[in-house]
Amino acid sequence: MIDDGFRLLPEQASTHAPRVDLLYFFLLGLAVFFTVLIAALIIYFSIKYRSSNRRVDRTPGSGHALVLEIAWMVIPFLISMTIFGWGATLYFSAFRPPAGAMEVRVVAKQWMWKFQHPNGRREINTLHAPLGQPVKLTMISEDVIHSLFVPAFRVKRDVLPGSYATCWFEATRTGKFHLFCAEYCGTNHSRMTGCVVVMEPAEYEAWLGGGLANESPAVAGKRLFEELRCASCHMPEADPVRGPPLQNVYGHEVILKGGPTVTADENYLRESILRPGAKIVQGYEPIMPSFDGQVDEEQLIQLISYIKSLATP
Amino acid sequence: MPSPSTAGAVSNRTPKRDYLSAGYTVRSWLLTTDHKRIAILYLLSITLFFVIGGLAATVVRLDLMTPQADLVETETFNKLFTAHGVIMVFFFLIPSIPAVLGNFIVPLMLGARDLAFPRLNLLSWYVYVLGGLFTVYALLAGGVDTGWTFYAPYSSTYSNTYVMATAVGIFITGFSSILTGLNFIVTIHKMRAPGLTWFRLPLFIWSIYATSIIMVLGTPVLAISLFLVGMERLLGIGIFDPRLGGDPILFQHLFWFYSHPAVYIMILPSMGVVSEIIPCFCRKRPFGYSFIGFSSFAIAVFSFLVWGHHLFVSGQSIYAGMVFSILSYLVAIPSAVKVFNWTASLHKGSISFETPMLYALGFVGLFTMGGLTGLFVAALAVDVHVHDTYFIVAHFHYIMVGGAVMGYLGGIHFWWPKMTGRLYPEGWARFSAILIFVGFNLTFFPQYILGYLGMPRRYHVYPEEFQVLNVMSSAGASILGLGYFFPLTYLIWSLMYGKIASPNPWRAAGLEWQTTSPPPTDNFAETPVVVDEAYDYQHIDGVSPAGGAT
Amino acid sequence: MRIETAPRAPSPLAHHFDDIQQQHEAGELGMWLFLCTEIMFFGGLFLAYTIYRTQDEAAFAAASHELDLFWGTVNTAVLLTSSLTMALAAHAAESFQRKQLLALLAATMVLGCVFIGIKGMEYHHKYIHGLMPLMGLPFEWHGASSGHAEMFFDLYFLMTGVHALHMLIGLGVLLALLVKANRGGLQGDFAAPVRITGLYWHFVDIVWVFLFPLLYLIGAR
Repeated sequence: MIDDGFRLLPEQASTHAPRVDLLYFFLLGLAVFFTVLIAALIIYFSIKYRSSNRRVDRTPGSGHALVLEIAWMVIPFLISMTIFGWGATLYFSAFRPPAGAMEVRVVAKQWMWKFQHPNGRREINTLHAPLGQPVKLTMISEDVIHSLFVPAFRVKRDVLPGSYATCWFEATRTGKFHLFCAEYCGTNHSRMTGCVVVMEPAEYEAWLGGGLANESPAVAGKRLFEELRCASCHMPEADPVRGPPLQNVYGHEVILKGGPTVTADENYLRESILRPGAKIVQGYEPIMPSFDGQVDEEQLIQLISYIKSLATP
Repeated sequence: MPSPSTAGAVSNRTPKRDYLSAGYTVRSWLLTTDHKRIAILYLLSITLFFVIGGLAATVVRLDLMTPQADLVETETFNKLFTAHGVIMVFFFLIPSIPAVLGNFIVPLMLGARDLAFPRLNLLSWYVYVLGGLFTVYALLAGGVDTGWTFYAPYSSTYSNTYVMATAVGIFITGFSSILTGLNFIVTIHKMRAPGLTWFRLPLFIWSIYATSIIMVLGTPVLAISLFLVGMERLLGIGIFDPRLGGDPILFQHLFWFYSHPAVYIMILPSMGVVSEIIPCFCRKRPFGYSFIGFSSFAIAVFSFLVWGHHLFVSGQSIYAGMVFSILSYLVAIPSAVKVFNWTASLHKGSISFETPMLYALGFVGLFTMGGLTGLFVAALAVDVHVHDTYFIVAHFHYIMVGGAVMGYLGGIHFWWPKMTGRLYPEGWARFSAILIFVGFNLTFFPQYILGYLGMPRRYHVYPEEFQVLNVMSSAGASILGLGYFFPLTYLIWSLMYGKIASPNPWRAAGLEWQTTSPPPTDNFAETPVVVDEAYDYQHIDGVSPAGGAT
Repeated sequence: MRIETAPRAPSPLAHHFDDIQQQHEAGELGMWLFLCTEIMFFGGLFLAYTIYRTQDEAAFAAASHELDLFWGTVNTAVLLTSSLTMALAAHAAESFQRKQLLALLAATMVLGCVFIGIKGMEYHHKYIHGLMPLMGLPFEWHGASSGHAEMFFDLYFLMTGVHALHMLIGLGVLLALLVKANRGGLQGDFAAPVRITGLYWHFVDIVWVFLFPLLYLIGAR
């Protein structure tokens, strides 16, 4: 936790953390073993075969040993492949949030973190999270590349401008944990820090309800959708329907002009709003105007949240 | 293949002058085409840059003794760590051994009179200096604060520091690297002495050759990466700008495609130096000669296949991450092969502990530690945690400083008698080697712990609980700095007051020791003809096949 | 046709080489290695092109349509011809035919300048029509995907610009060769520098052979 004082090892505060630490300790043991082995051999040989020692047998061997060479290629190879497999498996699970994870939207900019919870409650630099529930962060940057890093959770993900990045965690301890920006982003990179505050689920719900009355991103998105007249092309009541219908698009396959298909994920929706000509849906004309410059990242998140809410899974 | 030597007709006289006394004017030095003089020019320049880069690090480590921003403004701090990285990587480590020891020793080791393209060699030094001047100008005019990695879009669009000048400086210096590598490859192919077959070559040559391949193939990709960043700043094109449909990750791929092999440019020559020192001070042929030699090539080839391990958390696909992780383990294996072979070389040797040997053994230990932490960072899930933290900083400093710089210093001491005709003071030198070893570990070992705890790199201010380890690291850095000060002093001292060196004070194998110390301008009175295998220490020491030291 | 006799000048053999053949082989190997570095340099640009093109083929094709296919083809023919004259120049140098060598070097240079001239004309045309999205100049695109079309033109100017820069350097080297051949007659080893310069010139030509279809020929016509 923050302000715990001097430690040698970071706290384990997520489901993922102990698993990473286990691999780390294995690697540590391996490193210590080989370091000690090499050091000991060097010291042993240095003493035994020091030039002033005339009595030792220096009858030269053949000067090479194929068996030895192959052994010390194969054994490190096998060890390496084991470590690789272990690390890769953990990595996969770290990248795949469980279904039904609570979604928090994150917008990073020089030099602050903006969070928004599903019910609309916003915060800056501090992220409140419930204990024992998976939380998925969907993140984007308004300017340069940042990186969201929570050491206690062993989780880190670069936050890019122009496309969404996701990561997830499930906290296993209550308390306050450091949150850092881990990709150099300019002058106040080292001040772009905050904390994750993990609370018992009931406390978290209480906290969520407090604060200024906020609308959830989806509700705000619906309002924006109407203000920007998206429905005039994209909803069935439009006459004529000039754009692909959006009621059930999120998460499904879309067939593009010319044949290729693409999954309508958040990046697809975002791109379609900002650069509509990039992917034309089959059967429609490229007439959608671009909204680049008219909506900021937060508004994009709201529109996308609304479109997501329309989809049946 | 070189034809039977007619060169004897050119220099078939006892050389009366060595290369140092063949002209005392500044002009004779600045217009020289003698590879040995060019090596000395490089030695002076890179030492200057090492000092500048070291001063930048000193201020950084001083400021990091407290969690707050106490010493300099944050903008200055950011410019200092950027300067440290840019200078140490591009103006010290990359040229160091190839441009100084390679330039001096390679023709001598091959029995040649010079490198294949002496004028190109001089040009490469001038290009290096020109690039250096651009970068120094950028520093003095106000500095650059992007980090030595120049990530877009910060570097291409947002930073308002001297990115262009620095990028141009590095771009120009890259040509120096390319020309040096090109020179070495052609020389090694075309100018070996009669009888010097590939498997009689010293291992230093093998490693310089492998390094040169990387220099030639990798550096141009750095050039295009910097060029594109520069064009984006200058012309406003959107190659890396998402607002124009560009992809900032493209920059990372292009940048690391060079910069990963670059780290092997920095370490392979050191490995070559160690492969020369250990056999000499064990008085026997290195164990597994061909394995050590081939491993240099394996490293060069694999080094081009692993760049994506710098992008594990960047948004690169997880499948690409897996491929790069596997390949990163594969590139570790040839390095492990070298460490095991060096250790086995000690077995049944007759070992003495002069300064070069101390540096070589220190290298083996510290490189092993740094290399083993490479296994940590190649593990995907662990790297997610330690990426961009002090763990990475510790990892690469163990290899670059504990490895490459120790190897460089070992080589400087080993070949100092040959280069200068003087012996350095052995007592001071051993003391300094040990001081550097101790100071180094005190500086960088705490950083592993800091990194795993989560302290990110490039941080000016940090949480208070990280202070103890930061203070330890800074304290170690003061010892390390002091340690470097000693060789600077006694080596200069030795030029005037050091004992005169014989042609072969170490009784080492290798053609470079078959000529005077320092060598004449044309290196050899007559082109040597090689009939022995490499590292024929038994022959040199007059040891009978039944064993036993004389 | 006057054939120059064998060299009377001091030996062109450099002091560090054992014989002239070693010197030649070293020079050629050096140039081949340098060309490898050039492949890697251009490779980065081709990579960027490939990535952005796969993202929006239609936009790239539409943008390519705006390039002048006629002049691009003329330039291709000009450059290929210049490679021919360059190869013939190397041959003339080897057989000590000074007048032929001078003429062919000059012809290569002229063709190179024609190429640059046509390129300049094309650039000017793009500038006038608002298709030069550099340094804040307006980019006038009236179709879909203006972002990707702009990217195409960014790459067009970058790739042809870097190529043109290499050509200018080549022209400089050719001028130096021309002056030296004109002034000093042929020294014994003149063929080697001409041959090595030829290697560089042919490489620059080959880069154009790749650039031309990728930039000019992908538009639907």
